[in-house]
Amino acid sequence: MYTQSFNVPDSPGAKTVALAPSTEDPALQAAFDARIDADGRIEPQDWMPEAYRKTLVRQISQHAHSEIVGMLPEGNWISRAPSLKRKAILIAKVQDEGGHGLYLYSAAETLGTSRDQMLDGLHSGRAKYSSIFNYPTLTWADVGVIGWLVDGAAIMNQVPLCRCSYGPYARAMVRVCKEESFHQRQGYEALLVMMTGTAEQKAMVQDAVNRWWWKCLAMFGPPDADSPNSAQGMRWGIKRVSNDELRQKFVDATVPQAKVLGVTLPDPDLKWNEERQHYDYGQIDWNEFWETVNGNGPCNKERLATRVKAHNEGQWVRDAALAHAAKKQAMKEAA
Amino acid sequence: MKPAIDYLLHLADNALVLGQRNAEWCGHGPILEEDIALSNVSLDLIGQARLLYQLVASLKGGNCTEDRLAYFRDTHEFRNYTLLELPHHGPLSGYAQSSLDYGTTIVRNFLYSALMALLWEALEKSTNADLAAIAAKSLKEVRYHLRHSRDWLVRLGDGTDESHARVQASLDHLFPYTQEFWAHSPAEAAAIAAGIGVDVTTLKADWDSIVDAALEEATLKRPALSGYVTEGKQGIHSEHLGFLLAEMQSLARAHPNGVW
Amino acid sequence: MTTALKEWPLWEIFVRSKQGLEHKHCGSLHAADAAQALEMARDVYTRRQEGVSIWVVESKAITASNPDEKGELFDPAADKIYRHPTFYEIPDEVGHM
Repeated sequence: MYTQSFNVPDSPGAKTVALAPSTEDPALQAAFDARIDADGRIEPQDWMPEAYRKTLVRQISQHAHSEIVGMLPEGNWISRAPSLKRKAILIAKVQDEGGHGLYLYSAAETLGTSRDQMLDGLHSGRAKYSSIFNYPTLTWADVGVIGWLVDGAAIMNQVPLCRCSYGPYARAMVRVCKEESFHQRQGYEALLVMMTGTAEQKAMVQDAVNRWWWKCLAMFGPPDADSPNSAQGMRWGIKRVSNDELRQKFVDATVPQAKVLGVTLPDPDLKWNEERQHYDYGQIDWNEFWETVNGNGPCNKERLATRVKAHNEGQWVRDAALAHAAKKQAMKEAA
Repeated sequence: MKPAIDYLLHLADNALVLGQRNAEWCGHGPILEEDIALSNVSLDLIGQARLLYQLVASLKGGNCTEDRLAYFRDTHEFRNYTLLELPHHGPLSGYAQSSLDYGTTIVRNFLYSALMALLWEALEKSTNADLAAIAAKSLKEVRYHLRHSRDWLVRLGDGTDESHARVQASLDHLFPYTQEFWAHSPAEAAAIAAGIGVDVTTLKADWDSIVDAALEEATLKRPALSGYVTEGKQGIHSEHLGFLLAEMQSLARAHPNGVW
Repeated sequence: MTTALKEWPLWEIFVRSKQGLEHKHCGSLHAADAAQALEMARDVYTRRQEGVSIWVVESKAITASNPDEKGELFDPAADKIYRHPTFYEIPDEVGHM
């Protein structure tokens, strides 16, 4: 599952990526530009401008981090899933998110950055991940709503990335999107079933929708006017559709789904605009968004500390496997 | 019918409780690849539990369902081996807390999978055709679980000094619980008499050789067995199962009329 | 023994989706050795019955052609149109050939 179009710079030192063409070889630059303009694909060994490489590493690794941090809010309910069927579905889904993280780390590694380096960025707090995972999952209905809305928003973002100019990223996204299609459906279906249940269950669904709706709208990232890196991303073919366009698409798709489900979306300004042929919606709280991106959301510290703990406590296991492989290799060579 | 139900519940509870435990790693594994591997093991086990509970529900009739059996029975009604309900760490009282330890996880999965690889194979010949079919499916799964856990047992045992010491400690902690495998409960005896179940003691020699070969390759020492033989499969559990079930069943029980 | 503090090597994974088809590259993963890479590939890349056979190759063992030499390596094939069956005109009455 993923999320906001990452124009968010990683913290310390990561200044806004240079937008101006670099001082690199003009002939190579021209060939690169021509290929991008012709909607061609860039492969790992092709020449690419440093800024393109850096932007990609940042975007893909943030995307990968989002997948693995994103395992935590939903993983929170695996042990308490209310039926064995839902438990199996949830495990499979959270497992998929891990797989997506893995595909994406692999894609980023083709750019010459190791997974350890990327994890170091995450664990030290330098690298960002999607702000949506810094909110708590308070009830079982949150699991359904995350599938329906958060994964729904993610799919909006991810489908265009299947045509991204960087080959390994595009291929990873094809795989991710194929698997992701079950995620949104399972979430929505879980909610549909709950809405046929008791009054408490219905209230639980509505409460979860109320808590997640605005956060999902923010997932698409700042308005286009405030996204200085977007234009460069579009130019490079690593971003295909603007934040606001995607957000509008998401709102338009979701309103009828909410109706079928029988829940209201918590926005008094939400209404059909005949002239625009789109739904209008209210003002997103961007202060809250930036607070959360910058580490001050309700669960930022918990999420990060949990990742760090798992990594540190797994060190002896990873070391053992490597030591064993080395012993085996040595024995083979001696034989 | 009662021998069949009791025996099937024993097999089902084993799978569910261990599936629940292994799922605790999802999101917290030592490396991403292992999160995925262990989740697969968990999914297999929960799948086995569901098939077995469904079979029990069909035998019981009425409005019994797999979820009634999983979520609305109490600790003393669970029939799993005590080994499978223990937390992923060394010996501690029920309400004590500790980090997850991968060595404990691997040793437990290995000891149990080695048994089930033999037991499911034998159960393919059960006189209960439904159980025989479940056994055939589960056998393939458990062979993979055995391969996964055995592979890691060897890596951890014959890895670094630290990993060797840690996994030996896990083995010392868990091995005595395997005594329960070989002590027949009345339910098992009845199932064997009815031709539904398998006399596990006939599998012990094979289990010993699977275990000994792996321990040797892992450079680990087989602990001597003596002392208390646990009785989880008769409903007398450790302090840990109560907590596991309290968590697992909390939501379903808070909404007894809920639909999921 | 001190901890190795090293990253597991990277492996490229090739999966045969069904008998009769070729192994196709599907991604990569980290594993301590080849045996482990195989097991992990099974869990990571065949969760939805995508495969019947897996190859793993350590990434560093792969030698790739240099994109800068693409011209001399691959362009010369472009004008050998006589290698393709459509280059030859055959009278219609001959039928399929």
